[in-house]
Amino acid sequence: MEPTQTFRARCVALPIENIDTDQIIPARYLKVTDKNGLGEALFTDWRSDPAFVLNRPEAQGAGVLVAGHNFGCGSSREHAPWALQGFGFKAVISTYFADIFKNNALKNGLLPIVVDPETLLQLTSLCEEDPTTTITVDLANQQIVINDSQTVGFPIDAFSKHCLLHGVDQLGYLQDQEAAISAYEGANPQRVNTSSL
Amino acid sequence: MPKTLFEKVWNAHIVQAADEESPATLYIDLHLVHEVTSPQAFTTLRERGLQVRRPDRTLATMDHSTPTTPRGADGIIPVTDPIAQKQLTQLVTNCAEFGIPLFQLGTINQGIVHVIGPEQGLTQPGMTVVCGDSHTSTHGAFGALAFGIGTSEVGHVLATQCLLQQKPKTCEIRVEGTLHPGVTAKDIILAIIAKIGVGGGTGYVLEYTGAAIRALSMEERMTVCNMSIEAGARAGMIAPDDTTFEWLKGRPHVPQGAVWDAAVAQWRTLPSDPGATYDLVVELNADDLAPMITYGTNPGMGIPVTGSTPAPADYSDLSQRSALDKALHYMGLEPNQPLLGHPIDVVFLGSCTNSRITDLRAAAQLIAGHKVAASVRMMVVPGSQRVKAQAEAEGLHEIFRAAGAEWREAGCSLCIAMNGDQLAPGQYAVSTSNRNFEGRQGKGGRTFLASPLTAVASAISGQVADVREML
Ligand code: SF4
Repeated sequence: MEPTQTFRARCVALPIENIDTDQIIPARYLKVTDKNGLGEALFTDWRSDPAFVLNRPEAQGAGVLVAGHNFGCGSSREHAPWALQGFGFKAVISTYFADIFKNNALKNGLLPIVVDPETLLQLTSLCEEDPTTTITVDLANQQIVINDSQTVGFPIDAFSKHCLLHGVDQLGYLQDQEAAISAYEGANPQRVNTSSL
Repeated sequence: MPKTLFEKVWNAHIVQAADEESPATLYIDLHLVHEVTSPQAFTTLRERGLQVRRPDRTLATMDHSTPTTPRGADGIIPVTDPIAQKQLTQLVTNCAEFGIPLFQLGTINQGIVHVIGPEQGLTQPGMTVVCGDSHTSTHGAFGALAFGIGTSEVGHVLATQCLLQQKPKTCEIRVEGTLHPGVTAKDIILAIIAKIGVGGGTGYVLEYTGAAIRALSMEERMTVCNMSIEAGARAGMIAPDDTTFEWLKGRPHVPQGAVWDAAVAQWRTLPSDPGATYDLVVELNADDLAPMITYGTNPGMGIPVTGSTPAPADYSDLSQRSALDKALHYMGLEPNQPLLGHPIDVVFLGSCTNSRITDLRAAAQLIAGHKVAASVRMMVVPGSQRVKAQAEAEGLHEIFRAAGAEWREAGCSLCIAMNGDQLAPGQYAVSTSNRNFEGRQGKGGRTFLASPLTAVASAISGQVADVREML
């Protein structure tokens, strides 16, 4: 995974709460066996409405999605963050995220940024009034800077932050625990054996 | 200090404890795999030259993109979609290459991943169970800690049999009282989600307790735990008891004799200790519950079947109001509109929520002697080939067919509409599945989630119906 650097990007607002992964990418696009081309399927059913925000010219090249409360609920499909990244998003801002979506996003370098409801409302209004609204995302300092003027902090767990900043691969980190894993297996009897079918 | 069921299972699986810098490393007892969320994980293994650490703790099945259309004369279920075929072939290749047992399409053990794990006795109390599928929460009905993971994490478990996990908070959902006739486990969980919302459980593991939960059969408990994720919860759990042990006894993968006795003795230590505390407690009374139905586009948008849709104007929060407005528009419903009597086109009896043998028995008993309304297509899709075989041995398929319903092969089918089973745009379905998201059952399709009993009552009358009037 590439390290996450500080970046500046335009925002686009989608102020609907509980946006689920079936909207982010419908199931009929899950028959793929790789990760490529999913950006085209992002919000595909909503994009069939020409007035939908991602169809507007100003949404092209946007890097931050400002969503309603509880973004990413529903299925465990990692295709959701893959599709968001495929479209060009590097971060999503909401008041909170569904657990599995958040985990999946962090493992792919898509930042789930949690802000308070007032900041979300303000950011949404800014985007709707002025499509050139930009934010700078500074992960090291855990803050976003709105239109180069207003700074808002955001929380992130120390481990995810470390992995993102340094491009650390979590699978490698787990592999390094080989001794502890083997010790655990030695100390705990196996409950079921699927190979004995 | 008194511990909760969750804490006991969590603590027993820590390989490396969490500290300031890193999350806990948790050992996974059972890893279930299906065709949709695994291909990219196997690619990662290949790219890095890794093996599957414990193929003997891993099991794969085919369910999501598999057809449920009748078998050909050769006894084979035909796969006509070339992209689905490619995904299925890929799973066969991956399992063969990495030594993972696989339940192939149409074979006697194949079925929906959350139906087959318990059916085989692979899901047992106190275990950790994961799958690249959010409804892995189903397995929590046995007192296992079971949760859905993404494809990156599928790769982690394949390679190391472990996951990095932040410790979730705990929430007790206490349901006291007794269910009225016609009110089911599905109605309990729909009522819970309507109460706490689709984000209400985010960050929590739910433990369902109380007299109404204890009174549920194992399969009803699975229905409840299945939909924990629809409240946003990481997992749902129910303490194991005699109901659990009775159900498990004699299944292919549970121990026998003295080993069984020892296992049961250990499982009896799992329930939350008296005085154990939770971060949050939610209470419900089963006496107050009616059959539930959803009107909107997430599982939290549920009301008693005799109720009416809410009005967006009553909500002050912008994103709440716009979500409700959008939902009613998508569903073709007005604010304050009653659902009872609303015409429907399709009834789907199936999915990992409600496709087990007791679901089919209850539905068959209700539909016997009746006909599905001429305007309605009813599909009955058993959760597994074993459920299908059992139902056929009991003659349930004949009852469904006589009523005019379709009797299908096992799989996810219309729950996720990946296999060609889908609603046409604008059609209304009463569905026993777990998700009513826009387009979930086909682009433009509209889903009313309900229990198998409500589904059957609605199929017969051709419109949303109150099953209590049939009893
Ligand atoms: S039946 Fe539906 S919810 Fe269950 S595993 Fe299949 S697609 Fe997922």
